[in-house]
Amino acid sequence: MNGQWYDADAGPLVRPYAVTGGRTKPGPHGVRFDLIALVAVDPEGADAAAESLMGPEHRALLGLCRSETQSVAELAADADLPVGVVRVLLGDLLEGGHVMVSRPVPPAQLPDVRILREVIEGLRAL
Amino acid sequence: MGQHDDRTAGAAPDVDPGPGEDPELAALALKILVAGGFGVGKTTLVGAVSEIRPLRTEEALSEAGELVDDTGGVDQKTTTTVAMDFGRITIRSGLSLYLFGTPGQDRFWFLWDELSQGALGAVVLADTRRLEDCFPAVDYFEHRRIPFVVAVNCFTDARRYGAHDVSRALDLEQGTPVVLCDARDRDSGKEVLIRLVEYAGRVHTARLLDSVEPQADSV
Repeated sequence: MNGQWYDADAGPLVRPYAVTGGRTKPGPHGVRFDLIALVAVDPEGADAAAESLMGPEHRALLGLCRSETQSVAELAADADLPVGVVRVLLGDLLEGGHVMVSRPVPPAQLPDVRILREVIEGLRAL
Repeated sequence: MGQHDDRTAGAAPDVDPGPGEDPELAALALKILVAGGFGVGKTTLVGAVSEIRPLRTEEALSEAGELVDDTGGVDQKTTTTVAMDFGRITIRSGLSLYLFGTPGQDRFWFLWDELSQGALGAVVLADTRRLEDCFPAVDYFEHRRIPFVVAVNCFTDARRYGAHDVSRALDLEQGTPVVLCDARDRDSGKEVLIRLVEYAGRVHTARLLDSVEPQADSV
């Protein structure tokens, strides 16, 4: 048994960026998905025909979003794919109109005091 | 690539355009970083306050241009990805807090830059037995003007120091809060986060006022 690799120990069967066709950057628009960008299924984008043309990883991500709005970080963890790969695949899904993505909080601009107060109260109530 | 006819009905002109919102999600997520030396309890803290078990994402290093991935053998496989632990706290529907444990090793600084983009603030976990381990994190956040609190994880066999001693030993900028905590304890972790959010709010309000007020001789 020793010296042999089985299953996960042997590493991925497919190299990570193979599922993106070697692309490392999402889409022609160069969208950069933040780790906490939230992704939800676009209710108007449900198109079985288009979905059947996608790869299994695309469909897996779409399936995860379908159960619940998820952050990019959660999608990567649940789909067991590197974040960079998930970003490329999400770029495809966004372009195809399958998902919606939340606008990231711009740097140097934070949520207003009301939201922060809500967060503090929410933490207290946990 | 055929267009299926059952979808074309969707373009009917009498469809209600909705409440005038753009197609982007209105949900808001906030990001808090948890930094500190190796083994100081970052993942423990994330796990203590998170409603989900700490998840792990991996970033393949081939994405980072400067780090050439030329590992010769599979025995070095672990060096090709960096894991980041994270957790989530849902404040209410449409408002959630994400906590990210930053990778400990210095050579992953480039990931910190990405993580700290748009972050609300950071918790720097410290262990008084090896305070120097958190120097890089303190430096990092001070230089980038990211609000942070220092949370001293009170390990049972470590000598107790007061918050003031730690603040002096770390040569913190005035006003940076130091909190004593137990990273395993949910309430203690919550308290740390509350202190951080309060502090971040104060810092940002002050900056906002600074930017509004003309730098006149009124002070």
